Amino acid sequence: MELLWILIKILIVFAVVMLHVMYATYFERKVIGHMQVRMGPMRVGPHGILQPIADGLKLFFKEDIMPTVADKKVFYAAPLICLISALSAVAVIPFFEGFAIANINIGILYIFAMSSLASYGVVLAGWSSNSKYSFLGGLRSSAQVISYEIAMGLSLVGVMMLSGSLNLTDIVHAQMKSPFKIYLIPQIIGFFVFVIAMFAETNRTPFDLPEAESELVAGYCTEYSGMRFALFFMAEYIGMIVMSCLAVVCFLGGWSGPFDVPGIPFFWFLIKVYFFIFVYYWVRATLPRYRYDQLMALGWKVLIPLALFNIVLTGTIKSMFG
Amino acid sequence: MVQLLFFYFALVVIGLGLRIVTCKNPVHSVLLMLVLFFHMAGFYLLLNAEFLAAVQVIVYAGAILVLYLFVLFLVNLREEVKMSPFIEKGKWLGIVGAVVLFITFLRGVMNFSLGPHGEYTIEKVQQLTHTKAMGEAIYTAYILPFEIAGLILLVAVIGGLALAKKEKKGA
Repeated sequence: MELLWILIKILIVFAVVMLHVMYATYFERKVIGHMQVRMGPMRVGPHGILQPIADGLKLFFKEDIMPTVADKKVFYAAPLICLISALSAVAVIPFFEGFAIANINIGILYIFAMSSLASYGVVLAGWSSNSKYSFLGGLRSSAQVISYEIAMGLSLVGVMMLSGSLNLTDIVHAQMKSPFKIYLIPQIIGFFVFVIAMFAETNRTPFDLPEAESELVAGYCTEYSGMRFALFFMAEYIGMIVMSCLAVVCFLGGWSGPFDVPGIPFFWFLIKVYFFIFVYYWVRATLPRYRYDQLMALGWKVLIPLALFNIVLTGTIKSMFG
Repeated sequence: MVQLLFFYFALVVIGLGLRIVTCKNPVHSVLLMLVLFFHMAGFYLLLNAEFLAAVQVIVYAGAILVLYLFVLFLVNLREEVKMSPFIEKGKWLGIVGAVVLFITFLRGVMNFSLGPHGEYTIEKVQQLTHTKAMGEAIYTAYILPFEIAGLILLVAVIGGLALAKKEKKGA
């Protein structure tokens, strides 16, 4: 019976996440379109509302092309590694009180583990395509993800120290009991580092060097086509959603809000996650891309020291007043 | 159930280990190694050591193995290079060495007996959560070895910095 309930939960979450991924692409095009004084997709359905379905069908029926010199097994495995690791991370996220597929004690670490796994998909995709552009894109991406993962992990240590737990549900409960109700205010430095690392971790603008169109064609997914390309695409958007959820759970108080909305326990959670996803688009429409050495310098020389400072500061304040 | 899982993990770890050293393509070896690390994490989970399981994946799979991958890419090994053995008739020496090692291990396993139970029982670890239990043990009873390990790592960090430092021109 319990197993059945877990399976139903997995199905619900999977369906909801996939629906969000579909419409995240639609809203990205709409939001960026309007920011650039364009309309965005308009043809398929009213205001282009059926565009993601048309895109999905197109990608699904496209021919699956594979380079003759590619390493077949790794070429097939790479997009799956990306997608599976991105989807598995969703399992520990608490969407509202008592609703997480797996409420485990090491939720944050689990998400880190899964996001570090995702970099394998990218680097192996680059390597197995046996093409220079793909390879360079893959190398860039993995170097970037490894560097920013450190900053990201350290930025969340402050949250772990304040809440005294690695369990995402417990972190939300601890925030509800804290004086400011959210960790955004006491952990403002951590939040700043986390948000920047979040952009780099998901390979989004201004850190989208792995797929910098003007220099690397499409980076690691240059040689992928049809459904396999779509898998990378989905993995990227699921990654964005997971990172937004993590930010909401760790810094913005999860599902709690200024007042309860009856009947919709996940109302505030969704609003906050949508806000973060909107910020992703906003930044993409606003900022130019970083240069590679600037990216590395920012990660190692600014973000990691800042995150370490935040840990020391949090520890000092906690030991003095806590 | 736990025993079944243990045998599954053990079999997969041994099988993958053999496959990794016999695999011709080094990048495939790294991929199999990744799967192996996940099964190692499975062992830790069976021991109620969820923190170690997560750290195993983050550090070994997420950092060290990626470094290996980078090294492989830098030397650009597509297929393993064939070389003549270092020592003539080294094969027999190897077999003798392996047999001796096997007998030693076998004797070690036969003489295995459970040690005395410490203060951290399964119930206590589950109640405290593994992360907290480990943190408490490390920062109270084992603070000295922990600090020594930290110092050794610091030496390695400084060594790395000294090696990577650019030399000043004219100095």
